[in-house]
Amino acid sequence: MSGIVSYGSYIPQYRIKPEEIARIWGDEPDKMKNNLFILSKSVPAPDEDVATISVEAARNALKRSDIDPADIGAIYVGSESHPYAVKPTATIVAAAIGMPLQYFAADYEFACKAGTAGMQNIKAMVDSGYIKYGMAIGSDTSQGAPGDALEYTASAGGTAMIIGKENVIAEINSTLSVSTDTPDFWRREGEPYPKHGERFTGEPGYFKHVIAAARAMMERMETKPEDYDYAVFHQPNGKFPTRAAKILGFTEEQYKTGLLTPYIGNTYSGSTMNGLSAILDEAQPGDRILAVSFGSGAGSDAFDITVTDNIKDYKKYNAPTIKKLIEKVKFIDYGTYTKFRKIIVTGDSVE
Amino acid sequence: MTELSRIWRETEYRYNLIGFRCKNCGRTYFPPRDICPYCHRESIGKMEKVKLSGNGEILSYSIVHDSSPAFKREIPYVMALIKLDEGPSITAQVVDCNPDEVDIGRRVHMVFRKIREDGKNGIIEYGYKFRLD
Repeated sequence: MSGIVSYGSYIPQYRIKPEEIARIWGDEPDKMKNNLFILSKSVPAPDEDVATISVEAARNALKRSDIDPADIGAIYVGSESHPYAVKPTATIVAAAIGMPLQYFAADYEFACKAGTAGMQNIKAMVDSGYIKYGMAIGSDTSQGAPGDALEYTASAGGTAMIIGKENVIAEINSTLSVSTDTPDFWRREGEPYPKHGERFTGEPGYFKHVIAAARAMMERMETKPEDYDYAVFHQPNGKFPTRAAKILGFTEEQYKTGLLTPYIGNTYSGSTMNGLSAILDEAQPGDRILAVSFGSGAGSDAFDITVTDNIKDYKKYNAPTIKKLIEKVKFIDYGTYTKFRKIIVTGDSVE
Repeated sequence: MTELSRIWRETEYRYNLIGFRCKNCGRTYFPPRDICPYCHRESIGKMEKVKLSGNGEILSYSIVHDSSPAFKREIPYVMALIKLDEGPSITAQVVDCNPDEVDIGRRVHMVFRKIREDGKNGIIEYGYKFRLD
């Protein structure tokens, strides 16, 4: 069966705390912190974007395996902050990891679930025999308008998954999607910041899709929450996935390993995949994982995964684990944050 | 406007730190050279591409406080002369550190970063920078 052969993640090292954002906008820090369950969020350096984050994640995935980049037949990069409107991130990443001429490539966009949509298509191509290995990346440098609640969580990071049939460390037993046309969150062409449809964000957006996809998967696989060792859900904040887990009947023990938003914020297309990466860092042979992403607009992708014996010999320490990426950080103030994120209006003396 | 043809021509080397090794004397060069300066014509046709590890140590460095507008957001930043493990020395930026963390002899590894953008609608140039181990 096909599944994850290798994986790698990257999270920029800069962090900003909600207290610092609240200080500028006059919000109550404890309210924002507790309502969103967020302790800090990652901030990309001025010279980091989705292409650089994706390349670092992809290189980390390759460092942990002996896969020849020439055997990777497809690369899909999911993001809602691709550096170019027209010019693929996928080809930049492919060039940076040394993939030769013949490969399938595209950039995906489905709000926060573009990365997992890529995983589904890579799996289908591997299963159909079109390719030997494929790489799916979920990566973002997400945008939150200054003063908006999103500014507390919109962060940066990404994960690359290599999917194939040989030396699989985690079999993807099944995957499915649910999708509807929902106005919960969007960004129009040319606009720098997204808008959220207030009341559509929670129940009609996130919870409806995440819960429907999780339940459909458990029905298909004839499983119950207690059959899983780990569960990871899309994490726009720390609160939503926790609530979704409780509605579905999962315990804190099952979801805490993959819950990264309190420390790094919402990495959008990277969110569920980063959580899955953190779980694979800890998982043992035989462990079963339920992963459910969510993308506004809206839809969810669910994955039922079983970790194999190959994880024992897997060279995970050839690249930084999520734990390591979370430990080594530098906190910045709001002024530095606005400089890094190009929020300050500048004159001719700045690019 | 940034020279597109130069960026395109150098992409392979800048993205992946590809150098050239002289098969005559074994010396490695970065950036690539067609002829070995030691072996001269003996090296013709004997220069082969080699992927450098991206690991090295700082030989010397400068802290840049005044730079072109393109680097304004990164000031003060560190430019270092780095001796790669395979031999060649290259000049590159050391990122994700405070200047006072940098020192001669410190180990560094290559990272993939944005080098510069040609304004808001031009090409984005990517390539190697370094980070402290």
